[in-house]
Amino acid sequence: MCGIVGLFLKDKSLEPQLGAMLSQMLISLSDRGPDSAGIAIYGAPSKNEAKITIQSAKPDRDFRGLEAELAKAIGTPVTIAVKSTHAVVRTTPAKIDEARETIQALRPDIRIMGAGDVVEIYKEVGLPEAVVDRFDVRKMTGTHGIGHTRMATESAVTTMGAHPFSTGADQCLVHNGSLSNHNNVRRELIREGMSFETENDTEVAAAYLSSQMAHGKNLGEALEGTLSDLDGFFTFVVGTKNGFGVVRDPIACKPAVMAETDQYVAFGSEYRALTKLPGIDNARVWEPEPATVYFWEH
Amino acid sequence: MPATTLSKTAAHDPRVFDLDQLSLRELNQALHNLAPGSNETAWEVLNPKGSHSVAVGVDQPVAIDVRGSVGYYCGGMNSGSTITVHGSAGPGVGENMMSGSITIKGDASQYAGATGKGGLLVIEGNASSRCGISMKGIDIVVHGNIGHMSAFMAQSGNLVVLGDAGDALGDSIYEARLFVRGKVDSLGADCIAKEMRTEHLELLQGLLDRAGVTGVKPSEFKRYGSARTLYNFNIDNADAY
Repeated sequence: MCGIVGLFLKDKSLEPQLGAMLSQMLISLSDRGPDSAGIAIYGAPSKNEAKITIQSAKPDRDFRGLEAELAKAIGTPVTIAVKSTHAVVRTTPAKIDEARETIQALRPDIRIMGAGDVVEIYKEVGLPEAVVDRFDVRKMTGTHGIGHTRMATESAVTTMGAHPFSTGADQCLVHNGSLSNHNNVRRELIREGMSFETENDTEVAAAYLSSQMAHGKNLGEALEGTLSDLDGFFTFVVGTKNGFGVVRDPIACKPAVMAETDQYVAFGSEYRALTKLPGIDNARVWEPEPATVYFWEH
Repeated sequence: MPATTLSKTAAHDPRVFDLDQLSLRELNQALHNLAPGSNETAWEVLNPKGSHSVAVGVDQPVAIDVRGSVGYYCGGMNSGSTITVHGSAGPGVGENMMSGSITIKGDASQYAGATGKGGLLVIEGNASSRCGISMKGIDIVVHGNIGHMSAFMAQSGNLVVLGDAGDALGDSIYEARLFVRGKVDSLGADCIAKEMRTEHLELLQGLLDRAGVTGVKPSEFKRYGSARTLYNFNIDNADAY
């Protein structure tokens, strides 16, 4: 099963409520996947700052003193905001890659959830409500976000096996389904120089899209490529720095409903996820067509 | 919630179930508790909000109006009741219906009417993929379009589509009759266009009448059905299976 949600705001006045809206959508689909849950929120951009979301199974040990050690190592001020097992590292955009490598050298057990100018990613084992509460997601503001609640099929129930998967700056993906050619595609992407954290099929889909976009394709073109290059069942919901996309495989077994108003575009695995959105009774509600790419950009 | 919050009024007023106040199980249990000849013949369900399995397994001839959109399997196994969804329906609406009727005022998601044995399913909007998959006697009338792989392995009954049909219509079909007014993206294995004879025009007119369709003539439809070449295994057909 699995449940996925996405919300792309058009109306700026809703931005303070993004975290609350997306949390409610995801919690409504809890019975589609009890194993783990995750959410990616795209916040307001800042010229002087990029972010890395990191995770540790032993946050007390790994996050203590990291701010000062990292700042000293890269020679630039750093702030670290700890939220339970996760922490958001902020520093100047020019230093972000160096910061990422340095974190991994200083604290080998820390895992990188994602990085970019605006995205923050929180995911853990447990039900959506527990995950949302743990990371205080309801209070988060932002322009768009995606979420996932997982019933595991293709890899172990671990934090790293939870969605969203992020394989490029400000890019992330959630998936309902299972891919059958992910080992082949992973080998090809490794040959291109990409690296993988897990054996998970969805991470391959995320990396595939990152690779396509790195080769100059836009989000829509990259999503189009999944239809010929990925084999298996999928409904994907994807976020980029300023975009939001949806695609379903040609068989389209995995459910999907979308709604659009002047204020937002919303995606849910089921209509249940959309029922509390403002103005839903008058929204355009439709089932996305198989093998058809939908995307929006700010 | 205590049962006293049920609104129980005179026999001719509907019995109202607000799913914001009462659980789905209470609704379905109350419907299953109906005895033959019960005076509670009109039911209204408020705030379904995409709930699964609304009014599943009803076996008395009551009328149920659902005010809003439902999730999976609404009206599944229906036997004799008349269900109207004033909204859209999720996957599997009317799955395995035996008799009675279900009307969806909006759209229906995938596998509407799957394996249905009888009764009438009317979808006033569009139905998505696999509409009428493995239908076994149900009649389905869709005012809009249907998605791909509809009527897959359909065994008997009638599927009427006022709009268009997606790819692979009627793949591996047995004896169901398919009537499509618009274009068909492609036919599935062993499904062919067939002559529309007088008896088919009469049958179709009867189906349109039962579904409340007006202003549409049976002569505007094409009939599709089984070429009957895959009934018995023949090595020359191996590629078609």
